[in-house]
Amino acid sequence: MSTAVAPKLDIQKIRKDFPILEQKVNGKPLIYFDNAATTQKPKQVIDAISEYYEGYNANIHRGLHSLAEKATTAFEDSRKVFHKFINAAEVEEVIFTRGTTDGINLIANAYGRKFLQKGDEILITAMEHHSNIVPWQMIAEEKGAILKVVPVNAKGEISLDEVEKLITDKTKIVSVVYASNSLGTVNPVKEIAKLAHAKNAVMVVDGAQASSHCKVDVQDLDCDFYATSGHKMYGPTGCGILYGKRAILEEMTPYQGGGEMINNVSFEKTTYNDIPYKFEAGTPNIADVVALKHAAEYIDSIGKDNIMAHEQALTRNAHKRLSEVPGIHFYGTAEDKVSVVSFTIDNVHPYDAGMMLDAKGIAVRTGHHCTQPLMDHFGIEGTIRASFSVYNTIEEIDFFADSLKDIVAKFS
Amino acid sequence: MADNTINTKQDEIIEQFSMLDGDMEMMIGYLIELGEKLPEMPESLKTEDNIVKGCQSKVWLTAEENDGKLHFQADSNTAITKGLVSLLVSILNNGKIDEVLNADLYFVHKIGMNRFIGTQRSNGFLSMIKQIKMYALAYKTKLENEA
Repeated sequence: MSTAVAPKLDIQKIRKDFPILEQKVNGKPLIYFDNAATTQKPKQVIDAISEYYEGYNANIHRGLHSLAEKATTAFEDSRKVFHKFINAAEVEEVIFTRGTTDGINLIANAYGRKFLQKGDEILITAMEHHSNIVPWQMIAEEKGAILKVVPVNAKGEISLDEVEKLITDKTKIVSVVYASNSLGTVNPVKEIAKLAHAKNAVMVVDGAQASSHCKVDVQDLDCDFYATSGHKMYGPTGCGILYGKRAILEEMTPYQGGGEMINNVSFEKTTYNDIPYKFEAGTPNIADVVALKHAAEYIDSIGKDNIMAHEQALTRNAHKRLSEVPGIHFYGTAEDKVSVVSFTIDNVHPYDAGMMLDAKGIAVRTGHHCTQPLMDHFGIEGTIRASFSVYNTIEEIDFFADSLKDIVAKFS
Repeated sequence: MADNTINTKQDEIIEQFSMLDGDMEMMIGYLIELGEKLPEMPESLKTEDNIVKGCQSKVWLTAEENDGKLHFQADSNTAITKGLVSLLVSILNNGKIDEVLNADLYFVHKIGMNRFIGTQRSNGFLSMIKQIKMYALAYKTKLENEA
């Protein structure tokens, strides 16, 4: 298995791009397996933030001076890069947000509030992150709409037949996670979009986990919205993008008012700016958006296919090695999954395992992963989750599996 | 003096931890061992009312008063947290109400608890201490009212 990595990638060279990986934690070399929570950042991204603040920090869009011009250009360059990164039809369809949660809240408030009526239905799945549940619950409560949920099977997959059954003439919004953060399952969002459109519902894709692990082509997926976060794809925290089809974005009414988003303001009436600006009220997170471009370029420089091949090899290896751990139970064994391995171990509480792994320098996540309904479905409080990224190695997984065996031995 | 007993026990724990030399794995191992030594808590006491609020893990803690001394029982659903609560029980068990109420638990700082269990667990640990002091205060008030 140790040779099962994509031949093109020099992982040791890639690791040198991530300064944080050089450190020791609790006296042991850091093994970072909490990538589904947030990935580490390459120095290209870190440097871009410093360069912005050291070289051309200025408020964007209206300033006439040179720094403002430079900052505006860098900010809008990032939009252009993301337009290509997700293959949007137009640059203006890319809105900068604080992240996926912010993007979904924007849809719920700017689309949902305008178009949902009493008795309308919103369809999600049982594996959604709280950020793709709660905004819909809030708007459903306000508008008298109904939230319906597609169940998951024992492998952590949904069935298209179930989705088709649950989409009715009343369904106005279908919102599905592309890649599950707790299970790794990749959902057939393209097929779900077809089913949604057949009933004239809009299709929202929660792409928080997918953007660094899956091919993202919003025109091919034919989704109406795609929300994602920068920090899960080697970019900074606190910034992300929301893609929306132009025709739909233009019909929507902004829910946050302020500077930037207006065309003309008088005390009698305000007219809104064009898309995307009408959804970008206030001074945005300029430095991080500028740096986010470098994250997308970093992914492209390695090649997403190469990244995916490496991560798939790591995931297969992890399943194989972890199967040796006595009393282990996997959650999320879908045919199509990203590099997330979620599990419990008999007689070992996830919190204990997490802390004991930390003592060995291994960072994993334990708990419900913001998917409590999914944990309830499986009848568990939480799992131990290891999630891999391009800089992880087979050797790290070997050490992880051996460490878990040691931990289990301490409890037996 | 019984207060010295509390401090003697604290000093023993500080001594034990100092021998672990800041090694996180050894400290966790030591805590788990301590938790295993904690007398079993009857299932009937593991009620919602006896759960210490503010802990990430489930921690049950009860106190009984006998002859002016407090007797604690505790358990947790995680081994490390059980070790943490057992530290408190071993130090404060059979302490007089006033001693428990006024105990200066300097061992927490001395062993660098915050550093090795992290902020969230430290907050949980402080919640356990607070709960113990609340029990002591409640029994003090009860006994004073009865007197």
